[in-house]
Amino acid sequence: MASGTAGAERMRHPGRTGRAAAVAHGLRAYGLIVRMWIRSTLAYRTSFVMMAVGDLAATGLDFVAILLMFSQIDALGGFSLPEVAFLYGTSSLSLGLADLLLGSIERIGRRVRDGTLDTLLLRPVPVFAQVAADRFALRRLGRVSQAVLVLGWSLTELEVDWTAGRVLLVPLMALCGTAIFGAVFTAGAAFQFWAQDAAEVQNSFTYGGNALLQYPPTVFAKDLVRGVTFVIPLAFVNWLPALRLLGHPDPLGLPGWVDFLGPAVAALMCAGAGLAWRYGLRAYRSTGS
Amino acid sequence: MWYRAVAAGSFRRYATYRTATVAGVFTNTVFGFIVAYTYIALWTERPHLGGYGRPEALTFVWTAQALLAASALLYGGGIDELQERIRSGDIAVDLCRPADLQLWWLAADLGRAAFQLIGRGVVPLAVGALCFPLALPGDALTWLTFLFSVALGVVVGFALRYLVALASFWLLDGSGLALISGLACMFFSGMVLPLRAFPGALAEVAQLLPWAAILQVPVDVLIGTRTGGSLLRGLAFQAAWGVALLALGRLVQAAATRKVVVQGG
Repeated sequence: MASGTAGAERMRHPGRTGRAAAVAHGLRAYGLIVRMWIRSTLAYRTSFVMMAVGDLAATGLDFVAILLMFSQIDALGGFSLPEVAFLYGTSSLSLGLADLLLGSIERIGRRVRDGTLDTLLLRPVPVFAQVAADRFALRRLGRVSQAVLVLGWSLTELEVDWTAGRVLLVPLMALCGTAIFGAVFTAGAAFQFWAQDAAEVQNSFTYGGNALLQYPPTVFAKDLVRGVTFVIPLAFVNWLPALRLLGHPDPLGLPGWVDFLGPAVAALMCAGAGLAWRYGLRAYRSTGS
Repeated sequence: MWYRAVAAGSFRRYATYRTATVAGVFTNTVFGFIVAYTYIALWTERPHLGGYGRPEALTFVWTAQALLAASALLYGGGIDELQERIRSGDIAVDLCRPADLQLWWLAADLGRAAFQLIGRGVVPLAVGALCFPLALPGDALTWLTFLFSVALGVVVGFALRYLVALASFWLLDGSGLALISGLACMFFSGMVLPLRAFPGALAEVAQLLPWAAILQVPVDVLIGTRTGGSLLRGLAFQAAWGVALLALGRLVQAAATRKVVVQGG
């Protein structure tokens, strides 16, 4: 009990006792809520397995489309099937992990609309940790495992000279990609404080972004590629590092060092999304009834 | 007429959510752009894949996005609502109404589709036509035939979803079946890739299944792949699946309602 009060105290004065303690407190709360939802999910084991397999199959249809295309052609936009599979795997894995970890946040619009966000504001736990863990859906592992399967297959098929740097680049891509998609999820959720019914707009940038990144950048119009490089920098999830790894020229002709900006872009996007979230939360006015 | 009021009510119900409609239109348009470019790449490699040229393939993309909500190609169509009513037992109230259950839900679905065709369909197709060279017809008759074909497709889609929902009378949790049927619809309607562009025998088989009536046939009507005898065969194909599936729905409905025991309260 005493430690709980101390934790709440730290939350109220993060400046005095350190921001790190506040973050640790938020993470611990996140972990506790996630564990609770996992236990509740596993109470209906058959249902869980079915839904996870369903998720795997549903996301797998995207890849079936690519396979169907490649049954008629040898290369798409100059990329072979293993190369497209590599793009598919890295993008899908990033989105899948971000969706697993904090995808529930997209339900915030409903809470804003019916005012149940009030309950979350009263608890001595950061609201972000609560909504990110809310109804944590373990079945989203379906997308993650499907992405891992495709990525694994592509890695065995690719003709790449695997130096240590290149091997390290793959998990780094997944990490930065997860952070970038996580930032998009968060920014989209912050947007819902103002436009509660517009949750679907977010899908354009998360699932739409994923659909885009699964195909080679050479396929798309230059302006579209510019848009996802400079405006909403999704290109750093996998396009730019993958072009480097696979030895394809950059269609925009950017300088080579840009390919390695992934971590910086991810950090910047997370910071921006954090600010947007804070601003959105402050603008929250309850339903008034 | 009962059912006209139900359809009109359903239309107004979906028309209430304006922001959600705008958000949906935005998302459909974004996806339209993404898929359009991948199809351009595919049809550059194989210029006459499935008998389509590039404008026909692009028209397929944008029509699919325009019909996505109306024809419930990915999800939706109020199926979970009926499923939930069966699960919770509220269906007993519906069965007491002096209206036929199947026709009631069909009317509601047609009202929903009519709104979503206008609210979610017109803008994506117009944006597509502005940004890409589409193979859209110039004469009003083809457009009218297309709308008729879309309506037949909506009926077939409803009849399939209705059967899935009725399964909840026997299954404790119908969400697995709904998921499988949704996946089948997405794949065999041509949403993933036009059925004509499927490899070999798969293309032939897929075009005989009921899901072909939902998207593939209406698009073929619009882009003029089907004219004359082929057009009539296409519409007859849709109507036949519609009638067969609705009839099957009635049989299952009869069996289900015999099974229902309403708990007194």
